[in-house]
Amino acid sequence: MSASLEKGINALKEQVDATVAAFFSSCVHCGMCSEACLFYTETGCPTATPIHKAEPLRRIWKSEYTLLGRVGKMFGLTARVDDELLTEWETSVYDNCTLCGRCSMVCPMGIDIAMLIRKTREGMAAAGHAPEGLIGATKRAVTIGSPMGVKLPALMAQIKHVEKDTGMTIPLDVVGAEYMLLLSSMEIMNFPEFIEATAKIFDKAGVSWTISTEAFEATNSGIQIGVADIAAELVQRIVDAAEKLQVKTVISPECGHAYMAIRWEGPNLVGKPFSFKVRHILEVLDEFRKDGRLKITGKETQRLTYHDPCQVSRRGGVIDQPRNLINMFSDNFVEMPDHGKMGWCCGAGGGVSSNERADEVRLKVFQRKKDQLDEIKPDAIISACSNCRIHLEDGLEEYNMDIPLLSLTETIAEHLAD
Amino acid sequence: MSEIEFLSWVRGQGFQIAVVIFIAGVIIRFAEILLLGRKANIAEAKGSEMSGGLHTIISRSVPDKSTFQRSAFTVTAGYIFHIGLFVTIFLFAPHILMFKSIIGFGWYSLPTPVVDAFAVVTIIALLAVLTHRMRDTVLKFLTTKEDYLVWMLTVIPLVTGYMAFHRIGLTAPTLLAIHILSVELLLVVFPFTKLMHAFTFALSRWYNGAISGYRGVQS
Repeated sequence: MSASLEKGINALKEQVDATVAAFFSSCVHCGMCSEACLFYTETGCPTATPIHKAEPLRRIWKSEYTLLGRVGKMFGLTARVDDELLTEWETSVYDNCTLCGRCSMVCPMGIDIAMLIRKTREGMAAAGHAPEGLIGATKRAVTIGSPMGVKLPALMAQIKHVEKDTGMTIPLDVVGAEYMLLLSSMEIMNFPEFIEATAKIFDKAGVSWTISTEAFEATNSGIQIGVADIAAELVQRIVDAAEKLQVKTVISPECGHAYMAIRWEGPNLVGKPFSFKVRHILEVLDEFRKDGRLKITGKETQRLTYHDPCQVSRRGGVIDQPRNLINMFSDNFVEMPDHGKMGWCCGAGGGVSSNERADEVRLKVFQRKKDQLDEIKPDAIISACSNCRIHLEDGLEEYNMDIPLLSLTETIAEHLAD
Repeated sequence: MSEIEFLSWVRGQGFQIAVVIFIAGVIIRFAEILLLGRKANIAEAKGSEMSGGLHTIISRSVPDKSTFQRSAFTVTAGYIFHIGLFVTIFLFAPHILMFKSIIGFGWYSLPTPVVDAFAVVTIIALLAVLTHRMRDTVLKFLTTKEDYLVWMLTVIPLVTGYMAFHRIGLTAPTLLAIHILSVELLLVVFPFTKLMHAFTFALSRWYNGAISGYRGVQS
């Protein structure tokens, strides 16, 4: 056995706990998860069946943690994990899964299949079977601090622009601020309007906030590729900055997996509870709304819909907040046929957008979103994840659909009352 | 061995062996799962694990509308044969007498012709499920030998029970002995195959609901 395969197998073993065992013990091969997955519904390819994607982890569980599997292993009857299997599974685990978790909501046995695939990635990555694109993004995240290679000077340049445009000062490294805002590289490079929007809203709300120049990157390639150590290191950077600045709340920006990484996996990765709270920007804005600190003027009359970023809605629990906020400025909000916790993924989450090998399939499976949009024919789509936003723009262009995409935070900023 | 001796063996020693393996197997399987443990979640909770978990144990029995539309056959046939199995196993008067002799109490039974009809419907549903499994692209792809084995071990007691009740083909004691033997086979294999889902579904659904519930989502 090669050293890397051994590492992979050990990483898979580490993933097995009571939940994994209960989940695999319960699968009856009913196939219903395939119908919950856009990588199956839009390609018709049975290898995209969610539970099948976790096969390497299932084999480890069966051969190491069940009586029958162990006995079978002695006689060479239990299926093994080898490099051939892991090579074959690479595309299933990384290209054809966004960890959106829709399968986990549909399985009649209650198997959290997305969790199993997320765990399978830990073994795949350790065995050297992660896609090049994600490896590159992860390396950049560790060495440069951003998966896209965005350094502090780039952020400073964008902040300068925002300050020039608005006449406001963006607070940096303010000790004792109530909120510490994180940003995704995509926001810094492609959507600096987000920084401007947040600054305006926070100014109007009269709250103290800051950006840390030491830890401003919210994304976490470690959880996408499936390397817990790296994921923990990236989380720790944020924890250190938040503790240094003694902030009360760290805000995860309009990014899905960043929220999953810092809000839900974060404390578990670093092994201790945070001394601060973590909230998604939409949760913070909804709090402002409840407290009467978010005053809105003017109504959008166009037909608006909301695309639920999977890690924010289904996997993250931020479902009502965007709707409360949209209703503040829209009289014409319409839901897609499946939405909220049952929403369909855009097709590019979970590291798929960083994986060039998956470029073709992510656009193909966008057909699911297209079908949803065709049913309600919105004038504009609002979302709260820059990754979704970029992919939705790609998809709409690919399918010749002319629907503008809006950021919820930015749209709110445009409607701020004086 | 005469047919009476055969019947008394399957009713006596054979049955005892099967029940012991079944119970021990189920205990071992649960121990295998639960002893692995699960790390406590130290992220700040947004909802309750317990209420989320308990809710999902029940709620996952009913698919949402869009899921039902996409998997209408699987859900419908699945419901029919599960209810059919429940009725034929637990609401058939002779079975209840058997349970009573072991655990000391019985319960309400359905009229025999009703149970008989349920048995037929269940067999038909299981045949439909098998056909679907053999023809559907995804199911064909997912299906293992174990799936076919489990299907056979489930349907045989139904068929032999039906034959024993209607005395088809063989003498009554032989038919009954074969029927009991087929159930014993099912019991022995049960803990070591996907049949365990009959018990672990609750655990699995609980974990799913708890993981989601903790994050404030009802799964």
